[in-house]
Parts: sequence; structure tokens; C-alpha cells
Amino acid sequence: MSSTACFVIVSRNDSPIYESEVGTAPKKDEAAHLHQFILHASLDIVQDVVWNTNNMFLKVVDKFNDLLVSVYVTAGHTRLMLLHDSRNEDGIKNFFQEVHELYIKMLLNPLYVPGSRISSPFFDTRVRALARKYL
Amino acid sequence: MRASLRPSDPAASPAVERVNAELFTLTYGAIVRQLLTDYEEIDEVNKQLDTMGYNIGARLVDDFLAKANITKCTDFRETADVIAKVGFKMFLNVTATVANWSSDNMECSLILDDNPLVDFVELPETCQGLSYCNILCGVLRGALEMVSMRTEVKFVKDMLRGDDAFEIRLKLLEHVPEEYPYKNDE
Repeated sequence: MSSTACFVIVSRNDSPIYESEVGTAPKKDEAAHLHQFILHASLDIVQDVVWNTNNMFLKVVDKFNDLLVSVYVTAGHTRLMLLHDSRNEDGIKNFFQEVHELYIKMLLNPLYVPGSRISSPFFDTRVRALARKYL
Repeated sequence: MRASLRPSDPAASPAVERVNAELFTLTYGAIVRQLLTDYEEIDEVNKQLDTMGYNIGARLVDDFLAKANITKCTDFRETADVIAKVGFKMFLNVTATVANWSSDNMECSLILDDNPLVDFVELPETCQGLSYCNILCGVLRGALEMVSMRTEVKFVKDMLRGDDAFEIRLKLLEHVPEEYPYKNDE
């Protein structure tokens, strides 16, 4: 079964610092833009939802046709956003938690400036491996 | 093992104070980060780290000799052993392996499999030439110079650049004879 999934990390200043298409569906150019657009649109909803719960994992916050947006917000207000079409909440939760840990390790790197783009190939590989494992 | 290395583990003695490893690592990281912003050029940062290390080493050696409870080293081989087994243990809580001696016994490698300075660190593309732990070279050079050995110290292997271990090349240039502040006939 092929699935669509697009993963983006948005910094507290609302700039995307990491993006990857982690789905198994063949990649289409216009789809990538559409995915970004949907995720971008759901940022406003995240802003409201985040104050209504104590959990970091906000579950599904938005829908677009058959695509769902799940969001995880870290204590520093960095948002991990996943656009997906599968309904596998536990897997997504685990995925977010592990990526969160990776992200913390990234932040501990003294040579990484918080809020700047994550260009580390190591991080990218690990995120893709986690996506294969959980999504 | 040589006789001079036998006294009980100096790192375990109460005279050596300890500090949280993460605090230490992140403080060092902050220093490197600041140097990168201040000097902008990687080579200059490497040089500064070395100089800072030199100043640390020059002071640290007295502290080391006072607390380590070791006897006088008779040759450079023994010195290298003491640095690797006692010095690194005391200040970084890791031990190094001494290897790759040159035939004239003037040059050797200290190999570190584990280095607390580089936890969490990953070199971004913009800092490829950075020798992140260069401060260690400076420390060794400074410390040895204070005990009248002029040395040249540099990193030849660096895990941050993809090598399998950290290797510090230690080269003895000369023994500097101690100069007395008075003349013979005074």
C-alpha cells in the first residue's frame, strides 16, 4: 500500500527548518506545493489548539480531502507537523516522540544555531528511518 | 605498566573535584561557537583554541603534578604513558592509548576512542576544516613546555571528520635545559 506523508518542522518564528517527503507514494511536483500549502494553512489552527491541552501531541488538527494533519508541539514551541493519509495514531505519536528526541540532540549541538535550517544529513537519514518504521 | 603508574587511581581521589559532564561539554561548545562568530575564519579559530589550550596547560601542569602523586619520568615514552593513563583520566575521565612510536622514540600518537568534548557535536558543512578539540593540543603543548619539553602537537584523526577515533600526534622537538636565574660565580 502506498501512502502519502510529508513531514515539516516549523521553528517558533514560523519558518520551516526541516522538510521531507516521507511517504511511499510516487512523488509529484505539484503535490509537494499542495502539501506545503495545507500545512501552512493549519498553522493557525495549531496556534489555537496548543493552549487547550497539556499534551505535546495535538493529534489530528486539520483535514484536506483525504489528507490529515497531525501536529506535535515541543516545549520551545517548535512544531513538528505531519501530513498523512493513514489513520495510525499510535505510530504517529511514537514517530513524533522519537523525532523530538533527535531534535533535542540537534539543539544540544553547539554548532547548530536554534531556529536555523537543519541541514545535517545524519538527522535526515534518521528521520527517514523513523518514518519507515512507524508510518 | 610502569612503576610510576601504579599508585591508586588519581581520578578517584577526593582531591579531584568533578563537574557535570553535560555542563562541561556545552560550556566548551559555547566557547567554540563564540570563537567562530568572533574570528569567522576556521584557521584562526583553530589557532585561538590552541593558544587558549596552551595557557590552560601551562597552569594545569602544576595542578596535575601536585595531585597525581607520580614519580619523575625518565624518558619521553614514560611521559607519554603518564599523559595517556593518568593525565587524561584525571581531567577528562577517559584513557588514551599510546601507539605508533617512531623509531627514534621522539614521536607517538595518543588515541582516544571516547572524547567527552564532542558529545552532541556534528560539524556543519560551513565548518569542515574546524579542529573542534584543538584545545587539547594546546593543553598538551603548554603542559609539556612547562616541564621543559618543547613539543609539536596536532590532531591527525578526528571522529567529527569521519575517522574511527581521535588521534593526537605528539612530537618531541627538544628538551629545553632549565635556565638558572643566577650565574655560577655569584
